[in-house]
Amino acid sequence: MRLELRLERSRKLEYLVPVVSVLLSLVVCAVLLLSTGANPLAAYSAMLKEAFGTSYGITEVLVKATPLILCGLGVMLAFKMLFWNIGAEGQLHMGAWGATAVVMTGWDGSPWLMIPAMMLGGFAAGALWALIPAYLKVKLNTNEIITTLLLNYVAILWVAHFIYGPWKDPVSFGFPMTMQFPEGAQLLRLAGTRVHLGFVFALVIAVALYFIQEKSRWGFEIAVTGGNPNAAEYAGMNAGRNILLVMLISGGLAGLAGMVEVSGIQLKLLKDISPHAAPYGYTAIIIAWLARRNPWGVVLVSILMGGLYVGGETVQITMKLPVNIVLIIQALILFFVLGGDILSRYRLVFDRPGQRPKKAALSGG
Amino acid sequence: MKLRITNHRSTLLIAVFALAGGLFLQACGGGEKAVAPEAAMEAAPGNGVPVKAAFIYVSPVGDAGWTLAHDKARLVVDELPYVETAYTEAVPEGAEAERTLNQYVRDGYNLIFTTSFGYMDPTINVAATSPDVTFMHCSGFKTAPNVGTYFGRMYQPRYLTGMIAAKMSKSNVLGYVAAHPIPEVIRGLNAFALGAQSVNPKIKVHVVWTQTWYDPAKEREAAESLLDVGADVIAQHQDTPAPQQAAEKRGRYSIGYNSDMSSFAPAAHLTAPIWHWEVVYNKVVEQVHTGTWTSSQYWGGLADGVVGLSPYSDLVPQDVRDLVEAKKAAIVSGAWDVFTGPINNQAGELWVPEGEVMSDGDMLGMTKLVEGVVGTIPK
Repeated sequence: MRLELRLERSRKLEYLVPVVSVLLSLVVCAVLLLSTGANPLAAYSAMLKEAFGTSYGITEVLVKATPLILCGLGVMLAFKMLFWNIGAEGQLHMGAWGATAVVMTGWDGSPWLMIPAMMLGGFAAGALWALIPAYLKVKLNTNEIITTLLLNYVAILWVAHFIYGPWKDPVSFGFPMTMQFPEGAQLLRLAGTRVHLGFVFALVIAVALYFIQEKSRWGFEIAVTGGNPNAAEYAGMNAGRNILLVMLISGGLAGLAGMVEVSGIQLKLLKDISPHAAPYGYTAIIIAWLARRNPWGVVLVSILMGGLYVGGETVQITMKLPVNIVLIIQALILFFVLGGDILSRYRLVFDRPGQRPKKAALSGG
Repeated sequence: MKLRITNHRSTLLIAVFALAGGLFLQACGGGEKAVAPEAAMEAAPGNGVPVKAAFIYVSPVGDAGWTLAHDKARLVVDELPYVETAYTEAVPEGAEAERTLNQYVRDGYNLIFTTSFGYMDPTINVAATSPDVTFMHCSGFKTAPNVGTYFGRMYQPRYLTGMIAAKMSKSNVLGYVAAHPIPEVIRGLNAFALGAQSVNPKIKVHVVWTQTWYDPAKEREAAESLLDVGADVIAQHQDTPAPQQAAEKRGRYSIGYNSDMSSFAPAAHLTAPIWHWEVVYNKVVEQVHTGTWTSSQYWGGLADGVVGLSPYSDLVPQDVRDLVEAKKAAIVSGAWDVFTGPINNQAGELWVPEGEVMSDGDMLGMTKLVEGVVGTIPK
């Protein structure tokens, strides 16, 4: 048995694979649910209903989707040029830090000034953090999978240093968190819900990225550089400059995710800005992949993932399912998508022992 | 009467509750506060309000420590005829928890216990929009008309375990795996050290901070590093038995925490300072049932029974047990408490003068270590 590269990738397969992968993961998870004595259909329909069947559920799904969209868009852009940015989690933490730094100056002003300053702080901190591995890649050709991943841990510790130390709220009884942000530093919320302006930012950026990616010359350069760096260089494109630019935006967007999360939801900087069971920055990788590196896809998949979180949390309550079921579904989705991806690019060929494949079998299909 | 409702029935239940609640409110002219809608539905047994109590846990029930201690107590109140309980485990601390709290409010729960410090602000926020629900937050300091707090004087049994550890130590070095450098943990560590020094002035307590409540791998590593510097009894302020297992593997002793951890390291586990949350939960559930609950801050100790020691291992000799029991009796009677002077700080300067007893306020805000503790508080 071996894998053969498909000469042509069908457009249909491109979109069919994620859908089938998700379905397959649900089927496998249903077996798991059955083994715990739960009714999978009841569990899935409860998840769907809790997440998308009530206005409260929908608003909470959007809350959850907001940082996922921003991180997902950032990761998507980097993946578009085959730069494997696994560092959205760290860039998100740095962004949260950068936004908080603006507040920690003691400034208590109008939101019209504070929010843009915090957005800038968050974007810049995330961007700078992402530029480190980008620069190392350009100058030393280091493996960005390793550098971006390892910098995540550094960023998380960096945040920890500040909330345990200089920024610790004096009345928090030593608990590691900053004071609550003043009102000028809090993002506007839709009345009676927790949906905040960050969701609007995320949508606007998705639209902008669509035009950059699909309609601009630079978007074309990214795609070409990703596909074949040598050809890109030959065509006069500056691959190094593009890597730096792409990572600046990629990290900046993850940084912005950190900013909206502290300014819109947490209202302070603390340790668990990203849920450690399924951190935003890592989930964003799954999202970018499932979305076929398409901005609309990122928005859609982020909302579905948000629904998986919210629905999963509520079936934990109503059906007494263990929290890990949701994580298992997520992992299974990724597993099947990656597996499916291989099958859409390669085909399985079964050889009979002792018999060489015929030429016709090679080129057929 | 553990609740196990299917989705379909829960919808129906909520609808019925909502309807009944609406009718009820209309019937009494609206605005009867602190009466849950369910009261209208059932002619309640006794004449109190049925209690639907939800518990928010920071780690899985299977942590065998902090959360298990809460869950054991939940099961105790669950036996009461007028109580239904439910729980959610591994809820992140911070604003994420608000969704889980809101969900319980929407599902008609009228009493919610939030069992970790990081739920403080989410509890206050959700409570502000849910005036008819009673909230009890464990270990925090913020209250509201419908939010009370509860905690226990764990430093008292910790002192007693310090005595046992020092008596069992041959190396005069004890190890302490500590979670976050916050007053609760510092207080327990200091009490342990003071207890140890009370029976052996030469004893040193080495501390390692993991900066996490729940991380078996990190806890084990921390314990191993303490064993490496010669500690022959390991104590812990952590939620899993990993440090216990590390001690047993090296043939040393250990002091557990939260729940009886002896089954995880039978050859090492001497005893453990443990929680008996049912003391609090029984009382609160009854108060909500009878409508007598009011917001307050509860901080009970050995005398109330909310904290205590798990059964001694056979390894602990009778004379040590007698010594500990005598001290325990003094604490229970109120004749003496742990932070009674003279106490020196880590630098050797006088902290609490002879004959003085530290105030509750100073204990709750403790940020310094006592003499004889080796290690610093991470900044």
